[in-house]
Parts: sequence; structure tokens; C-alpha cells
Amino acid sequence: MIISLDHYLIVAALLFAIGSIGIFLNRRNVIVILMSIELILLAVNINFVAFSQYLGDLVGQVFSLFLLTVAAAESAIGLAILVVYFRNCGGISVGEPPLMKG
Amino acid sequence: MAALMVVASRNTVHGVLFLIVAFFNAAGLFVLAGAEFLAMILVVVYVGAVAVLFLFVVMMLNIDLGEIRQNIKSYSLIGALIGGVLLAELFLMGIGWHTSPEAFDLTTAPVADLNVSNTQALGNLLYTHYALAFQGAGLILLVAMIGAIVLTLRHREGVRRQKVGDQQARKAKESLRLVDIPSGSGI
Repeated sequence: MIISLDHYLIVAALLFAIGSIGIFLNRRNVIVILMSIELILLAVNINFVAFSQYLGDLVGQVFSLFLLTVAAAESAIGLAILVVYFRNCGGISVGEPPLMKG
Repeated sequence: MAALMVVASRNTVHGVLFLIVAFFNAAGLFVLAGAEFLAMILVVVYVGAVAVLFLFVVMMLNIDLGEIRQNIKSYSLIGALIGGVLLAELFLMGIGWHTSPEAFDLTTAPVADLNVSNTQALGNLLYTHYALAFQGAGLILLVAMIGAIVLTLRHREGVRRQKVGDQQARKAKESLRLVDIPSGSGI
């Protein structure tokens, strides 16, 4: 079976939808939300690479490389913020911050 | 795919492990698409660094999952609704699009001929036309590193550590004392 562009697009769409479902499903757990964001960025990456192969243009792969960089930096910063938040508040939940006093 | 288990798994650690599996799958897809360098980078960066970072944070924070799990029911309906709508839109887009005939003429950097590998072609492009953007990406990584270090650094009280400045500023006059001891008597 030859793998065409449509198969890549279907996989990327499924991945994107799973990531966004994960964001809406797990509203209390920040780590799962960060992982869902990683999934969404991965879907975008798959789209970039698939179109890069389809159009015969290498710029898509270059842009995908930058996207990987930004995603890694974003997850590192997000996890650092998470660690500080856990240290200050004693728990991670998006809903109600336990320490919101002046 | 395994990405479904990332959001569906009960334990967060299992979710991170399934995320690793999903990234491996994506790397395989990249290899199939002819982007070997990106596949390698994906494995190295995500499986090697980001997933370990996630695992570290998950194990360090040690959240109790009972109170998180109890109100997943209330969100499952709206989550499934939004996800279904989004998926339907994406599939409609996937069915309905077509490439315009000018798009193939717009390619700025065609995929190089077959005697140059994918990595070499990417490097040729990255270090010539996109050198500024490449350095910008490096700057983003530097800012992220410094930000993460600054955010998680803390000074504990009551920990004795070496103070190099105090050691350097120490004079012989204030730390040495000459005592005249007359002979025959002890100290």
C-alpha cells in the first residue's frame, strides 16, 4: 500500500483531535494538558513534513525543526512553572488556586 | 494509535510512557516521508529529553489522582462534543481541499537530488538562507534554559555553603593574632 498525503493528513487530524479532547477532558491536571499540547504540536509537525514531501519543498522541514525547538522550550518552561506552583501552593489544579490572597 | 492512551490512561506515568510511544510512531512516519533528520531529532529531543522531563516532574510532584478523577465525568460530554466537532471540521477540510496548480511553482527550496542526503540538504538550507532564524531558535532555547533555571532555583535558609567572596576578602590582619608569650610560662 502506497502512503499518500491523505494518510498523513488523517493521522495528523486524529492526533490534533485527540490532543484537544485531552485538554478539555482533563481540566484539572496540568501535566496532562501540557502533554496534550505536545500532541497537538506533533500533529502540526506531521502536517508540515507531509506537505514538505508532497510539494517537494524542503522549507517545510526547516520550519518543522523550528517548531520542535519552540515546543521543547515551551514544555521546559511550563514544567518549571509547574514545579514552582506546586512548591508554593502544595498542589496542581487548574480550577481554584488555593492561595489567592492579595 | 497510542496517543489515545495519553489522555485516557488513569495513571499519569502511563500517560507519559504512551506519549513516548506516540512520538516513536511519529518518528517512523517521518522516516516514511523521507525526513530522516527530523525523525532522528524527534527521537533525540522528545524521547530523550522532554519525556524524561515529564516523567521527572510527574514522579517528583506525586499528585493524588483521586480528586482529579472524580470530576472527569462532568467534562467528558463537552470534551467529546468539542473534539468531535473539531475532528469533523478537519475531515471536511481533508476531503475538500485541492492543490492549486501554482503551488508547485512556488517552491523556494526544492528537495535536492538523490546523491545528497536529507540531513545534508537540510543543513545546506538551514545554514545559508535560514541562518538568522536558526540563531533565533538558539536564542529561544537559551532563554528557555535560563528561565527554567531561574524559576526553579531557590535559596534555602540554614544551609552552609562556600562563600568565595568572603574567602577572598579575608585579610591577614583580621584573622591572625600575634601573641607574645614570655618564656617560662605557658599559654
